[in-house]
Order: sequence, then structure tokens, then C-alpha cells
Amino acid sequence: MSAVQVSTTVNGDAIDFVCQPTETLLDVLRNRLGLIGSKEGCGTGDCGACSVTVDGQLVCSCLVLGAEAEGRKIGTVEGLADGDKLHPLQKQFIDNAALQCGVCTPGFLVAAKALLDRNPNPTEQEIRYALAGNLCRCTGYDKIVRAVNAAARDVRKQQARKKR
Amino acid sequence: MRYEAPSTTREASALLANAKGKAVVLAGGTDLLARLKSGDIEPDLVVDIKRIDTTQSIKRMASGFRIGASVPCVEIGRSAALKRAWPGVVEAAQLIGSDQIQGRCTIAGNLCNASPAADSVPALIAAGAKASVVGTAGRRTVAVEKITTGPGKTSLGKDEIVESINLPKRPPRTGDAYLRFTPRTEMDIAVVGAGVCLTLNGKGEVSKARVVLGAVAPTAVIVADAANAIIGSRLEDSALAEMAAACEAACNPIDDMRGTIEFRTDVSGVLAKRAAKIAYQRAGGK
Repeated sequence: MSAVQVSTTVNGDAIDFVCQPTETLLDVLRNRLGLIGSKEGCGTGDCGACSVTVDGQLVCSCLVLGAEAEGRKIGTVEGLADGDKLHPLQKQFIDNAALQCGVCTPGFLVAAKALLDRNPNPTEQEIRYALAGNLCRCTGYDKIVRAVNAAARDVRKQQARKKR
Repeated sequence: MRYEAPSTTREASALLANAKGKAVVLAGGTDLLARLKSGDIEPDLVVDIKRIDTTQSIKRMASGFRIGASVPCVEIGRSAALKRAWPGVVEAAQLIGSDQIQGRCTIAGNLCNASPAADSVPALIAAGAKASVVGTAGRRTVAVEKITTGPGKTSLGKDEIVESINLPKRPPRTGDAYLRFTPRTEMDIAVVGAGVCLTLNGKGEVSKARVVLGAVAPTAVIVADAANAIIGSRLEDSALAEMAAACEAACNPIDDMRGTIEFRTDVSGVLAKRAAKIAYQRAGGK
């Protein structure tokens, strides 16, 4: 097996790594780059716990090879907070108790951010469809949907403030 | 396993032709990576075609649309022109998986993965789509229905890749639709799929039709008798009933956890009728 050398950008930082061609982007993030926010739930693209963005597009990192990251811009849950300042989604997940065991949470946060980036004013139905690729076995989803809805309001307020 | 990401189809075909052992093509990877993970396949070479320019975009041309083999389905959904021309194809492509899957999965991959339940395939066949196939011997254009030969099997040579899926320009008074049955709204695999494309004459009668079923046989099935049943009609109940019966007769499904033979057979006619009505309306029929 011949190792692959990859130059990529993760959460805005230029990063070089070497990986085996069989390793997924999720393997690389967790085992080589120490970014263990992304979780492996199913490893087959069904549960969304490993959700990241590649060039702004929401994907399951378990269905992307590490080698495919060459020249791309990767975004993970570690890039959500601004230093110590939590993203509105993170804050609202805590305030709304939208997590229990927490394994699915990073994936939900990344998927919800992808939704709010393209639609800061989603309906409940739009939220539920956008998060249909993320499975949670604890919360029953209701609190997650409420948290995303509340965070959307916060994001809209932030955007209005910036415009002024 | 070796990973290669060539920048031209010529290089890609040469890599596949010269591969020792098992070689596979990687586009969106939503099927391939799951199969790698399960150990279902252990390839010696993976050829990633996403770095090939000609696979990366949707092009509108005088002859229709050219959808590059590595264009993810989310992009297909964003193409307003494609949606206007072939709404059935776009809806079928958008039924595949979650937002995460949509961000990667491709219709060329859906075709080449050769699942009998592939959602985009019946819609593509109904619309008369062709695959542009490149190999070491050059390029050939193949009707989409000629690509899949059985579950997981295609007619592609070892050195061949699908570079794009080409849709014709939509003829006047023509409409298409695709419907599938799944036990729940989202995140599921078709138990039955039905794609219909109709062209009407000036009097609002169906002059041309294509009815294609998915998930009821080893490959998608073109049901000529179903099309003939509605040609010359305005989709009156008797014509639709005859079409549904023809669909049922064309089914050769399996029994599995998603549906029984009886259920799949029955639903094929129901879905074909509903899809035909949508296609008829889209073609301008009243």
C-alpha cells in the first residue's frame, strides 16, 4: 500500500498529512489530526455523526477518503466556536438541553450550521428535512429542532446588527 | 490499495486498463466507501474521477443538457434550467439520501452502481438519457438502459468510465415525472419506482410515452405495453387501468424486508398511474 501525501485546509488552517489510501477523511481527522469532535456512528453514511463540510458542502466524512481532501477546504465542528465564544447553535443546544449522550451532537451542529448558512429563517419542516441525515437515539429530536430554531433567531439578530 | 486522481479521462482509462487486480471508479463514493468499509470489495486501485474537468459541471447545450459524472445531486437540484426541462429527473436525483449524501452522490454513480432500486435510473431512461462513455478505444454514446445488466453489473469495459449523462432537449408538449414508494418519507430505498415521460399532440392526446419501473426486476424495466396503453388517450380511467395492468405484468420482483412480490407488483401500477398524471399535466395536458 502506498501512502498518500495530502495538502488541505481544515477550519481555515493549512494542513499537510500523510495517510493510507484506505483511510477515510474521518479516520484522518480523528487519528492523525487529533480533531475528535467528528464521531464515527455507523461508518456507512447513515447516521451523520461524522458530518463535516468539504468546500462548503455538507458531507459524511466517513464516505470521503482522506486522499480526496487534497486542495479542499474542510470544516469541522471544532471550527464552529470563535475562540471561547460559542456559536449560537452550540449555545442553544446547551440552553435547550438538545443533547444527552452527545455522540450525535457534533454532526447535528455541523449539519444545522450548513442549513443556517443557506437559509437563516427555516421553517420547522425545513429544519427536520435538513437534519434527516442525522440520527439521535436519545432526545427524540424535538429539543434539537427547538434549539436550531432558537439559534436561527440569534443568527438573524447577529446579521441584522452587522448590517447596521 | 492505490489511489489515483487523474485530470483527464484518457489517463483514467489508461489507469483502469493497466490495473492489475481489481480496479474501481470513484465519483461521489456514497456506495463505494460503504462497500469498502464492509469489506464487500477490496480493490487494488481506486480511480477518483472528480479531478477531471469534463466531469465537473452541468452544461446546457443546443442538444440538451450534459451532466458531468462527478456533479453531486445537490447541484442538479440547484439547476433551475434543468428543473424546468426535466423535473422528473431532478426530483428522482433529489430523492437519493440525506443532505450529506446529496452533497456527494452522483447520477452517473447511481447508474454504474447498478442497484435495481436506483432512483435516478427509471427517470433518466424515461427521459431518453444517454451515457457518454470513454475508454482506451475512444468515446461511445450509450442509452442509459444499456448500461445496467443486472444487480451490481454493467456493460462497461474494464477501461471504461461514464464521463457524463446527457439529456436531450425537452421536445414540445412533453413532461416527465418520477415517483417511488418507501415506507417513510425520507432516508429510504425504493420499494418500487416509476418514471414516466409523455409527449402530447395538439389535441392533448398522448402521442409518445415511456414508462419505466425500478426495484421490481434485476434492472429497471421499460414497459412498452404500458406506454402503448396510454398512447392515443387523454389518460382516461380505462387507459390508465390498462397501463397499470401492463406494469403489473412486467414485474419480476424479489421478496425482501422492504416489500413482498405481491405488494411490489400492485404498487407498480399505482405509482405508474400517478406518475403518468403528473407527467401529463407537465406536458400541458388538462
